[in-house]
Amino acid sequence: MNYHWNWGILLQQEPGGTGTYLHYLIVGLGWTLATALCAWVIALVLGAVIGTLRTTNNAWVVRLGNAYVEIFRNIPLLVQMFLWFFVMPELVPTSLGDAIKQMPPPWGAFVPAVLCLGTFTSVRVAEQTRAGINSLPRGQRMAGTAMGLTQLQTYRYVILPQAFRIILPPLTSEFMNVIKNSSVALTIGLMELTGRARSMQEFSFQVFEAFAAATVIYLLTNLVVVLLMRWIEGRVRVPGLIAMGGGGGH
Amino acid sequence: MGGFDWSEITTNLPYLFGVGMVFTVKLTVLAMVGGIFFGTLLAMMRLSRFRLLAWVSGGYVNLMRSIPLVLVIFWFFFLVPYIWAWILREPRPIPVGTFYSALITFTMFEAAYYCEIMRAGIQSIPRGQVWSGFALGLNYWQTMGHIVLPQAFRNMVPVLLTQTIILFQDTSLVYVISATDFMGAAAKIANRDYRLVEMYTFAAAVYFVISFSLSLLVKRLQATIAVIR
Repeated sequence: MNYHWNWGILLQQEPGGTGTYLHYLIVGLGWTLATALCAWVIALVLGAVIGTLRTTNNAWVVRLGNAYVEIFRNIPLLVQMFLWFFVMPELVPTSLGDAIKQMPPPWGAFVPAVLCLGTFTSVRVAEQTRAGINSLPRGQRMAGTAMGLTQLQTYRYVILPQAFRIILPPLTSEFMNVIKNSSVALTIGLMELTGRARSMQEFSFQVFEAFAAATVIYLLTNLVVVLLMRWIEGRVRVPGLIAMGGGGGH
Repeated sequence: MGGFDWSEITTNLPYLFGVGMVFTVKLTVLAMVGGIFFGTLLAMMRLSRFRLLAWVSGGYVNLMRSIPLVLVIFWFFFLVPYIWAWILREPRPIPVGTFYSALITFTMFEAAYYCEIMRAGIQSIPRGQVWSGFALGLNYWQTMGHIVLPQAFRNMVPVLLTQTIILFQDTSLVYVISATDFMGAAAKIANRDYRLVEMYTFAAAVYFVISFSLSLLVKRLQATIAVIR
């Protein structure tokens, strides 16, 4: 193997003139996180609503929820990304479609990417929410009804506060998935971390330094997310349950 | 946009399926076989008494699960020619083509995910099964090969297949190295004829029909084999 290693490349100027390559990649991480966080907000809201609706006793609502989940789960993320980016602007009314197409550079890719990742992830969140609600003892729901609460009130005051705290650990891994999946947005031109590593490789021909740097940044990001979520999990744990970290505090 | 042009789809069917889908299916099946094979080895390493083996396997699996698939595809796309040159003692990197590059990528990447599934499968087997194997005088490989793995594998078939459906969808990402899988074929025609709406909608529909039917099959399979314990 005669690959010419040059780690100094990270501290050299990138051709765009915005700073060093390392800085260029860090800004990419910023876009990755911005995309992931915005998508995560959409995913949590949509997923919580749809997951909850799928546990109600209205057959049509459940069926609609199931259809939503199956559609977003059985189409590859890349294809969904293209649908949001290329197809959606053509299907909405012309004026709106043109407005979408004329968004200035980062936003023209950022908005579809966020919508795509948000809906894609909402399905996973919906599955977790449903599983969390179904994991509660049946007595909780009965107790709510026995106290004279309506179905809405039972969900609001009895079921959901417990379910959301139970599903927090699986949601952590879903959040890490959003961060990773946001790399697919490079296919529609969003210059997030992987996209920037790719273009750094094209500019500098230092293939492995570029990808190694991106890999290390992803690993560090994961570590931070895991530690952060572990801290949050510790704070919101449902008292009295065996689950989550084997009892005592961290 | 002007009307949905069905003829655009029908005239390109031979290319979409004959070239694109063949690539996708070949890649999925081979990567599944390779991924399960290496995944099982990784799982056995991870559960091994030898700390070093467990540590190497755990490190590999965690690394693969922490970075995006797109980045892994890029890594292998550039790394494999160098490794290949190193093996053959050639002075310069040897291009291997997008199919083999993708096959190696997906085998190695999915092995990490199959490993976690097989580990769960192996751990679900009662300890007494292993003891009885040793009591019969079988060695480690015989106990694993004849007693533990067949049961672990049977229990995990639905999960392994579900992971394969995910693999099938993930193979569309070879688009980033310009491979002509089903999605790559659709994208090439879409850009050539400027028929993005037709092609991408059709691609979405095809992926949906295949993945959804497979997931229904898996569900049915799950119902039939879950009972036997």
